[in-house]
Amino acid sequence: MTEKQTIELGGMNHLFSERALTGETMVLNMGPQHPSTHGVLRLVLELDGEIVQNVVPDIGFLHTGIEKNMEAKTYQKAEVMTDRMDYMNTIGNNLAYCLAVEKLCELEVPARAQAIRVILTELQRIASHLIWMGTSALDLAAMSVFLYAMREREMIMNIFELVSGQRMMTTYIRPGGLWRDVPVEFEAAVREFIEILPRRVDEYESLLTNNPLFKERTVGIGIISAEECIRWGITGPVLRGSGKAYDLRKARPYSGYEQYDFDIPTATGGDINARYTVRVAEMRQSVRIIRQALDSLPFGPVRSNDRKYIPPPRSEIGTSMEALIHHFKLWTEGFTPPAGSVFTAIEGPHGEMGVFLESDGSPKPYRIHFRTPSFANLQIMSLLSRGHFVADLVGIIGSIDIVLGDCDR
Amino acid sequence: MVIDSAMIWEWVIKSVAILIFCTAGFAYTTLYERKVLARMQVRWGPNRAGPRGILQPVADGIKLIFKEELIPAKADKLIFVIAPVITVIPALIITGVVPWGPDITIGGRTIHLYLANINVAVLYIMSITSISVYGITLAGWSSNNKYATLGGLRSTAQMISYELALGLAFVGPILLAGSMSLQDIVAAQAKSVPFILLQPLGAVIYMIAVIAEVNRAPFDMPEAEQELTAGYHTEYSGMKFALFFMAEYIKMIAVSTIGATLFLGGYLGPFLNVAPWLGPVYLIGKVAILLYGLIWLRATLPRIRYDRLMAFGWKVLFPLALLNVVLTAAGITLFGGK
Repeated sequence: MTEKQTIELGGMNHLFSERALTGETMVLNMGPQHPSTHGVLRLVLELDGEIVQNVVPDIGFLHTGIEKNMEAKTYQKAEVMTDRMDYMNTIGNNLAYCLAVEKLCELEVPARAQAIRVILTELQRIASHLIWMGTSALDLAAMSVFLYAMREREMIMNIFELVSGQRMMTTYIRPGGLWRDVPVEFEAAVREFIEILPRRVDEYESLLTNNPLFKERTVGIGIISAEECIRWGITGPVLRGSGKAYDLRKARPYSGYEQYDFDIPTATGGDINARYTVRVAEMRQSVRIIRQALDSLPFGPVRSNDRKYIPPPRSEIGTSMEALIHHFKLWTEGFTPPAGSVFTAIEGPHGEMGVFLESDGSPKPYRIHFRTPSFANLQIMSLLSRGHFVADLVGIIGSIDIVLGDCDR
Repeated sequence: MVIDSAMIWEWVIKSVAILIFCTAGFAYTTLYERKVLARMQVRWGPNRAGPRGILQPVADGIKLIFKEELIPAKADKLIFVIAPVITVIPALIITGVVPWGPDITIGGRTIHLYLANINVAVLYIMSITSISVYGITLAGWSSNNKYATLGGLRSTAQMISYELALGLAFVGPILLAGSMSLQDIVAAQAKSVPFILLQPLGAVIYMIAVIAEVNRAPFDMPEAEQELTAGYHTEYSGMKFALFFMAEYIKMIAVSTIGATLFLGGYLGPFLNVAPWLGPVYLIGKVAILLYGLIWLRATLPRIRYDRLMAFGWKVLFPLALLNVVLTAAGITLFGGK
C-alpha cells in the first residue's frame, strides 16, 4: 500500500496503535451482531493478517438500568429484576440478593429452605455450565454437543418450572426463605437428573476431552496466570483454571455449604482447556453436593416467621386480624430494613457475584450495586487474545463465559 | 463413431439428465443432511413441509427466489455477480465424465451411460474443481467486506494445501488401472476388486482432501460461521447466496460420485449382467454412503484452524500421498499391474 489512510474510530482512536490508524493493520468490527460474541458484545479488533494485535471490548448494548430501577421498587419487587441480569444464573442472582437483604434485616432462614437453595443453585450452576459447554463447543464448530447439552438443561428447566411455575425467571428464592415449599415430585425429579447427568457428561467428554482437534484448539491458547487473574479481579472457573483454588462456597460459606463435602476443581494450564476441565469437574462436584443435600433434606418450614418481613401464609389471613394487617402492610408499603449497608457474595457459575446494598431505612433500597463476574472477566479479553488467530478469539470469548446481561445490567 | 441427429439428442438428453440429477440431488442432499444431522443431535429435523418434510427443499427454494437481492454499494458489481456463477458451473460439469452404468440397449441402439469418455478424465476433474475456488476468492474480494475478504483469502490458502495431496491420491487408481479414463478405472475394478482394498491409504487421503475441497466441516474455515459470520458469502443474499450453497452441495455429490467411482467400484455390483439398470442404483447408493460420512464428520468434529490445515496438508497429507504413490508403483512393478 502506497498511500497512507487515516482511520477514524469514533472516539476509540486512543485505544489503538499508530499502525491501525494508518491502515497498516486491519481494524475489524466484531459484533454487536455476530454469531459468537455471546450476546450483544462488540469487539473492535486490530488484525495483522489473521493475528489479533489488540481487542477493545465495547459493552453497554444490553444496558437495562436494573440497578437504578431497583431503587424505585420495594425490596420484594426489586428482587424480580435480579433474575433479568444474568439469565444463565437466575436463581443464583436471587440468592445473592436475598442473602444481602437477610443480612441487612438479620433474618433467619430455616434449614430446609437453605438446603433447597443449595440444590437449586447447584442445578443452576450445572445448567449454566451446560450452556457454556454447548456454546463454546459450538464456537469451535462442534455443533452436536450444543444440542445434547440443551437436552440436559431442559431437565433442569423442568425442575425449575415444577418448583416455581417459571423456567427461567423464577424469583423462587425470597428474603427469609423460599416462595413456597417444593412439590412432592421435586425429589424424584432431581434424583433422576443427578442419575443421568454424570453419564451424559462422560459422553460429552468422550466427544471433546481427548479429541485431537479439540485439544489443538484449546491447549496453550488464551493463557493467563493466577497472579494476573488476581490483579484483574478475575474469579470463578477462569481463576481456578489458572491453579488458584478459590471458591466462595469454601472460603466464605453461605446457605450451609459448609455441611457438604466437595472439592474445588482446579487446573494449572490457565488456557482454554484448563477452564474446560474445571467446568466439567465442577458439574460433577455439583452433582455430589445435590446428592448430599437431597439425602439430608430436613423437614420443616421454608420461610422465616418474622412477620415484619415475611408475609403470613394465606391460611392465616382469613382467620387472623394481625396476619391480614401484616399482609396489607407488606404488599403495599413493603418492609423497612434498618439503615445501613451490607455486602454479600456468592460463587456463581461465572465467578463471584457480589451485592452491595445500602438502606436508608425506607422500604426501597437507597443504592444497590452488583459486582458481576462477567464485567470483571471481560477485562482480560485483550490480554488473552493478543497474538492469537481470529479463530482462537471466539474460543477465548467462549472460555471466559461471559453473559452480557450480567455485564451490562 | 457416427454423429447423427439421434446422437446429438442423446447427448442433450444425457446432459440435461445430469444437470437435473445434480440440482435435484442438491435439493435433496440438503434435506438428507438436515435429517441425518437432526437424528444425530436428538431432534426431528424438518417435518412440516409435506409428509416427513420431503417438500422442505422446495419451500427453501421458493423462499430464496423471492428474497431481495442486495448488492453492497461499494462492491465490484460485475465480479460480485459473476462469482457465484464461476463457483457453480464447475460443480455442475464435473460429473460429466463419470460412468453411471454399463451400456444398455434401447430399441436396437446401444446407449452408453456416460456423457463423455475422455482419456484424461482425472485431469479434467482436477482442473475443473480448481476453477471453483476462483469464484470463492473473487466473491470474497468483490464484496468489499472484511469478513468476506478473510474468507476468500482462507480458501486460497486452503486450496494450496490440499490440492497436491488430492492429485496424488488420484495417482493410485490411475496406476492400478493404467488409464486416466474413469471408464477404464471402473473396468479395471470389475476385473479385480474395488480399489479401496488395494488403496486404503489413497482412499483415506482422497476423502480428507475432498472435505477441504468442498469446504465442509472440519475444514470449513472459508465460511467459518463462528468467526467470519458467513465468510466469503457474507454479503450475498437471495439466489446468489443459493448458488454458493448449491455449489457446495453439488460438489459434495460430485466428489462422492468420483470417490465411489475411483475407490468403491463405481456402478459395479451384483446382478449387473442381468439388469444393467442396477448400475445407477448402485452408484447412487455408494454416493449416499459417502455423503453420510461427510455429514457424520460435520456432526462430530470441531473445526480445525486454517494454519493447522496448511501444516496438516503439507507435513502429513502430502508426504503420505507421495509414499502411497511410491508404494503403489513399487507394488505394480513387483506384482504386475492391470
